[in-house]
Amino acid sequence: MAFAVFTPAETHEAPKKSSKLALLLLLPGVLYLGLFFLTPLVSLVLTSLQVPRPDGDVGQYDYAFNWQNYTALFDPDDGYFPHILRSFGYALLATVLALLISYPIAYFIGVKARKWPMLQSLLLVLVIAPFFISFLLRTLAWKQLLSDESFVITGLKAVSLLAPDAHFTGTPFAVVFGITYNFIPFMTLPLYTNLERLDIRMLEAGADLYASPFHVFRKITVPLTMPGIVAGTLLTFIPAAGDYVNASRDFLGGPDTQMIGNVIEANFLVLENYPAAAALSILLMVVILVLVGAYVKRSGTEDLL
Amino acid sequence: MPIDFAERGADLELVGIHKRFPGFTAIENLDLKIEAGSFFALLGPSGCGKTTTLRLVAGLEAPTRGRILIGGTDVTDTKAHERPVNTVFQSYALFPHMSVLENVAFGLRRRKVADVLGLARAALKLVELDHLAQRRPAQLSGGQQQRVALARAIVNRPALLLLDEPLGALDLKLRRQMQLELKKIQLDVGLTFLHVTHDQEEAMTMADTVAVMNKGAIEQMGAPRALYELPRTVFVANFLGQSNLFTGEVVATSDTAISIDAGGSKLTVPTARAERHRGRVTIGVRPEKLTVHRTAPAPDADRNALGPGRVSDVSFAGVSTQYTVELAGLGSVLVFEQNLDPAMGVSPGTEVWVSWEVAHTFGLADEASEPRFVDDTRTSEIAARRRETLKAELEG
Repeated sequence: MAFAVFTPAETHEAPKKSSKLALLLLLPGVLYLGLFFLTPLVSLVLTSLQVPRPDGDVGQYDYAFNWQNYTALFDPDDGYFPHILRSFGYALLATVLALLISYPIAYFIGVKARKWPMLQSLLLVLVIAPFFISFLLRTLAWKQLLSDESFVITGLKAVSLLAPDAHFTGTPFAVVFGITYNFIPFMTLPLYTNLERLDIRMLEAGADLYASPFHVFRKITVPLTMPGIVAGTLLTFIPAAGDYVNASRDFLGGPDTQMIGNVIEANFLVLENYPAAAALSILLMVVILVLVGAYVKRSGTEDLL
Repeated sequence: MPIDFAERGADLELVGIHKRFPGFTAIENLDLKIEAGSFFALLGPSGCGKTTTLRLVAGLEAPTRGRILIGGTDVTDTKAHERPVNTVFQSYALFPHMSVLENVAFGLRRRKVADVLGLARAALKLVELDHLAQRRPAQLSGGQQQRVALARAIVNRPALLLLDEPLGALDLKLRRQMQLELKKIQLDVGLTFLHVTHDQEEAMTMADTVAVMNKGAIEQMGAPRALYELPRTVFVANFLGQSNLFTGEVVATSDTAISIDAGGSKLTVPTARAERHRGRVTIGVRPEKLTVHRTAPAPDADRNALGPGRVSDVSFAGVSTQYTVELAGLGSVLVFEQNLDPAMGVSPGTEVWVSWEVAHTFGLADEASEPRFVDDTRTSEIAARRRETLKAELEG
């Protein structure tokens, strides 16, 4: 009923009806959010404050207000700090790489290929095509392709482009490569939808006002496509920071590439230390929220939030 | 290459320009010279190649063949951002992510001049928009955006300013006002203006020289008055204002005049005002030069007379009344008469004669083909003609 406030008392029947209709249309979304977003969130917060049951088994906890679960995260002996740093480092690197790779692709499809609609559609299908195969399978395939015994690595070693004792899988390079690869479509699509609407006449006006192609790109194209850049980087950075597949030992990662997602996964599924896992999840969420908020504010696209 | 602020306008020369696009030729062998400091209008219907010409000069398109010279320097192979030219775009093309002031300052910033914002503010003052400097373009009305686009171009003092139908989106009153302002600015700053438009009144009121373009070539060029009073081709006669055209064989030639036989009537045109002097010739006269008579006018060597005919349509247009007179064997003739004598009482069906001075007649270089009026006339005329054809169908 919060929307009723917006309806002045003296308005006629019709606006009231439409505001009721609006509420009705909102209902499924509100219910969905309440059920599948708020409930788990509250449960997560409650779990993060639990204490171990005094004489219970491993993995048995009681509800409490044990805020020490949070301070424990910053205990230098536990050493979550490197994982958090690694998570954001990898995610940031992968986001930048994905942006550098995706922008030219999106520019070509959205601007240069306008004259050939067939080519445009074909290229778009190619961008989306990887989604037709499970992301886990594709990552596993890369593991196969880039393992020490694979023809790629042995071939590179044979022509001395790689040192004989070099590895690819298990290195930070492989993890960043995997994240970048997996998130390129999420970066390309928002960029494309933005670039596709880019008014070429703006670029012509820039050139007419003495701006070289480089300046036109920097002063006109980039600012006008900022919403796409922000959307693409958020769609890449947020899931990448919490990713636990690429960095996992079962996929492209190794013992030294564990990200915070892997730690949370291990706490939940292996160590059954639910309060620590929940507290870490919430910490991750807060850090991401702060970073994203600062980024969006800085890029001047608040209306996206 | 830094581009200097122009002290005055530069002249523009187009030499043998051809522009082919896949599938069609936009411009066919165009030669054009525009004097420095003049206001030059390219007038033509849509698709005649006038906007392409402008884009070639701006460097946004490259000619297939030919050279472009600005102030005597060949700029054919230079990029758009290297040319001392600025454009006021038809769509304005203001940068939506910048304030009005930053839009105006954009060109100055690229040229690394001192006191960018001061110059930009002065340009905004010139178009009387300095109070809106901090707004975004989307917050301005169409007329204000148009003025920002103009300020953004003239602040750079280009040797040559290109205007691509910049007034097309404005309503009539604002358009008149902007026409006067543009003309004033051009005189004040002394730049060379190249204005592209399909609005013949706009071209005539603003430009020193008008070039009428048709199908990728210039049909006729000259001062607006000369072009109106003495069109050389059927296209110009009909596109720039309206004309009554008559075609016939030359039947008599004297030292100073030739006469043709048009549907049985003898019509005379001064030799000096005729492009062709023998064979089949099309001559014409402007509708406002015609006089309507209730009785047959006395024969006069200095006047051409036609009639009797029947008035088929009378439409009152405030300052003038337009009559359509049907003449046997000649089709309909359009007459504009000033409303000096409202009681004249000519109504549809009245039998009338029309006459005009021989000195007002012009002879054209090509032949009129039906229909006499191109479909670029005003809606009222098209409606009047439509009504006639409907009436004819009903009666027939």
